[in-house]
Amino acid sequence: MKLKWALITVLFTIATVLTGCEPLMVLDPKGPQAQTQADDIMLSIWIMLFIVLVVFALLVFMLVKYRASKQSKDYEPPHIEGSALVEALCIGIPILIVAFLSFMSVKSNYEVEATPKGYEDKEPLIVYASSSNWKWHFSYPEQDIETVNYLYIPTDRALEFKLYSYGPITSFWIPQLGGQKYAMADMVTTLHLAADVPGEYFGRNANFSGKGTAENVFDVKAMPQAEFDEWVEEVKSTAKPLTEEKFDDLLEPGHLGKSTYTGTHLEFNPPPSGENGGHDHGSNESEEHPNDEHTEHDSHEHSEHKNH
Amino acid sequence: MDFFDRFAIPHPSPAIYASMVAIGLTMIAVLAGLTYFKKWGYLWREWLTTVDHKRIGIMYLISALLMLFRGGVDAIMLRAQLATPDAKLLDAQHYNEIFSTHGVVMILFMAMPFIMALMNFVVPLQIGARDVAFPRLNALSFWLFFMGAMLFNISFVIGGSPDAGWTSYFPLAGNEFSESVGTNYYMIAIQIAGIGTLMTGINFMTTILKMRAPGMTLMKMPMFTWSSLVANVIIVFAFPVLTVALAMGTMDRLFGTNFFTTDNGGMDMLWANLFWVWGHPEVYILILPAFGIYSEIISTFARRNLYGYKSMVFSMVIIAGYSFLVWAHHFFTMGQGALTNSIFSITTMAIAVPTGVKIFNWLFTLWKGKIEITTPMLYAILFIPLFTIGGVTGVMLAMSAADYQYHNTMFLVAHFHNVIIPGVVFAMLAGLTYYWPKMFGFMLNEKLGKWAAWLLSIGFLLAFMPMYITGLDGQARRMYTYSESTGYGPLNMVSFIGALIMAVGFAVIVYNIYYSIRYASRDISADPWDARTLEWATHTPVPEYNFAVVPQVNSIEAYWDSKKKGQVLFKDKYEKIHMPNSSGVPFIMGCIFFAWGFSFVFGLWVPLILTTIGIFVCMALRSFEKDHGHYISVEEVEETETKLRGAK
Repeated sequence: MKLKWALITVLFTIATVLTGCEPLMVLDPKGPQAQTQADDIMLSIWIMLFIVLVVFALLVFMLVKYRASKQSKDYEPPHIEGSALVEALCIGIPILIVAFLSFMSVKSNYEVEATPKGYEDKEPLIVYASSSNWKWHFSYPEQDIETVNYLYIPTDRALEFKLYSYGPITSFWIPQLGGQKYAMADMVTTLHLAADVPGEYFGRNANFSGKGTAENVFDVKAMPQAEFDEWVEEVKSTAKPLTEEKFDDLLEPGHLGKSTYTGTHLEFNPPPSGENGGHDHGSNESEEHPNDEHTEHDSHEHSEHKNH
Repeated sequence: MDFFDRFAIPHPSPAIYASMVAIGLTMIAVLAGLTYFKKWGYLWREWLTTVDHKRIGIMYLISALLMLFRGGVDAIMLRAQLATPDAKLLDAQHYNEIFSTHGVVMILFMAMPFIMALMNFVVPLQIGARDVAFPRLNALSFWLFFMGAMLFNISFVIGGSPDAGWTSYFPLAGNEFSESVGTNYYMIAIQIAGIGTLMTGINFMTTILKMRAPGMTLMKMPMFTWSSLVANVIIVFAFPVLTVALAMGTMDRLFGTNFFTTDNGGMDMLWANLFWVWGHPEVYILILPAFGIYSEIISTFARRNLYGYKSMVFSMVIIAGYSFLVWAHHFFTMGQGALTNSIFSITTMAIAVPTGVKIFNWLFTLWKGKIEITTPMLYAILFIPLFTIGGVTGVMLAMSAADYQYHNTMFLVAHFHNVIIPGVVFAMLAGLTYYWPKMFGFMLNEKLGKWAAWLLSIGFLLAFMPMYITGLDGQARRMYTYSESTGYGPLNMVSFIGALIMAVGFAVIVYNIYYSIRYASRDISADPWDARTLEWATHTPVPEYNFAVVPQVNSIEAYWDSKKKGQVLFKDKYEKIHMPNSSGVPFIMGCIFFAWGFSFVFGLWVPLILTTIGIFVCMALRSFEKDHGHYISVEEVEETETKLRGAK
């Protein structure tokens, strides 16, 4: 047993030393959603640590006290059926812990599935993020621009990502801003994020989607609104328009660098929601959601690409 | 030549060509050896045609150990590739093929047959039966599993391995994105093995419900038998879902249907749902018998009855029920909304309660015991803390909002290895060591056994604990490489070292088997561990008919009470014993299924039709066959019994 404790200590020391220099990405949140998730993770780690310690302590106690070598040769262990009180404790305490965690889990669920806290006053910026083997396309309908493999976002404004895929299922993930969500070819899913602080973040497709998955990454840069507006202006004056032909080229399997366009592919290649969806999902929330939000937020854009 | 092109490997490498040569040479060596030593007849009579549950169990065991080796080599290659940043050992395509086959082989062709091995060998003995309910079906189950496993294993030298992950999510697994026949292998090979498993489920459910010794009521069954019963009930409910999902996947790939495609009304996430409606119960099919093994071992070496027998049984039944209510936690990130995620988050966490009850009951079984640390007990003692870590990280993953951050990362990989290795693999190795004397008539070396257990545990901790950390640092799973700037390098190197230590642990087990075959004493009693349940009440080696006289049971620990309280187990006189006949049909049917599967994989329609007819002919022949088994006469029983008693 001593050997094992020594090992565990050594292991944790190695682990902390190796990673000690920088905080772990998921536990270093830069947005309200990632904060909620990091809080949940730390809370559950502490509670779980308590449970692990109780089990370890009981095990060590039993092993030390009831080893055959510590008992007389003619000791005959008794027949014990079990006691109602002990069983009740073994069921009751875990139920209380699980109930508490369930409550926290449900609460966080509704938080991460809604506009981030503290950002409700402004309309969210809608970005269509679609993946193709093995690239990310970001369309900004409000600004009428599109980027490939990089994402510029304003701080102090909520972000609403509409996710879908031109190929296998992918998963859109910016660890420091919040957890991931799937992008699929036959429906649009919605991910609510926000960035509190300007900075450069790492984003990737986390879901295995074939040969090029490992390199299916993108850069995220969060900046104040003014700087973001400047960037949009610059793009509008310098970038080439995105044509249908160009977009079809971009969809070809392979890896590409970053590029920028005016206009979006949403007009000629609409996302798979509503009548463009792969199939009718009935009351699926993520399916209804985008349509409702659309008419509220950018009716202009929406009516335009409905006409196409 | 066009015809043969389809059998070529799409992504060849020197390693694969070397494997081809090695496989060819091994096969020639085996065939030549069998011929030279004139063992063909022995092999056919005693093994290929056997319907004896003990021999079938041993064949499962050998297959499981072979597959453990194959899956283990895969694992070492994966860890070697990730040990350093930007490594060039494997390219993306090979890495993808290797992690896909590693998953399938370890879950379906290693863990499952290992469970089946112990279940086959132990359950009939533990309930005082002479065989399973349907012995010939049992043989067929084994041969279907075996042929399915072999079909899957030849994929990497003929036609190419599956490369869409062990979960084979569509549309990635569809024709558009997986062009090679790899995923066909996945669909067909698992289908064949799965049908075998489903039949095992029916067989063992019937056996346990109908063939228990007189006096053994349900609540007097040993815990391993209980766990097997529950696992087999899960099999019967879960495997049909897999059968249907695989059939739909096969049709999508070979007949142009659109169940899981992204256009024409197909739904890619339907596959994910069906897969996990089977897949989640599947992990309980693995873990419950493992829990059963631990219960037997802990009770034996604490020299005490199992604490809280009833709550152990009820918690297993509750786990079985819950196992069907949690599947969506495998894709919280699918976007099904907060309500659905909340429901599945709560049901998932709820499973922790009955599992916790079991952990505490094991701990209280040690209480006031007289604990003796033998190799099987050492595995069980190591299991409790290691599995607890895996269990609590499972609860963490169950918090669905936080799961958006854990999903698809090394944290998840660490979690499920953390439950499957100490939970299932350690249990199987403990069970192997524990039942080895009953199976083969000698004990495995204790010193080497303990060395292996410690090496595996240390290797396990080094290999998988770092993954929790890199997962939280954003390292996604199934990525064949990462750049140095990510900083994942050092911890992945630690993982690789851990994997190597585990490999050494397994090598020690192999050496232990060799060493014990050569040097271990053959002079052991029928009950070398001083155990408590019926399987130890018969002779070693176990005679064909298991028990000369059917035992009479009136307590949970019937054998222990017969030793300590003088209860009489065997009251009746010898009578002639009815036993089933051996049959070559299951093996032949297995071979036809192999040819059937191979034809299906490559779309060779004429052989497919012929083999399909062959399968039905085999079934029809069985229907018209008059086989009423045979009797072992009283004299023969007496002779065997005297010989076995004298051998002690």
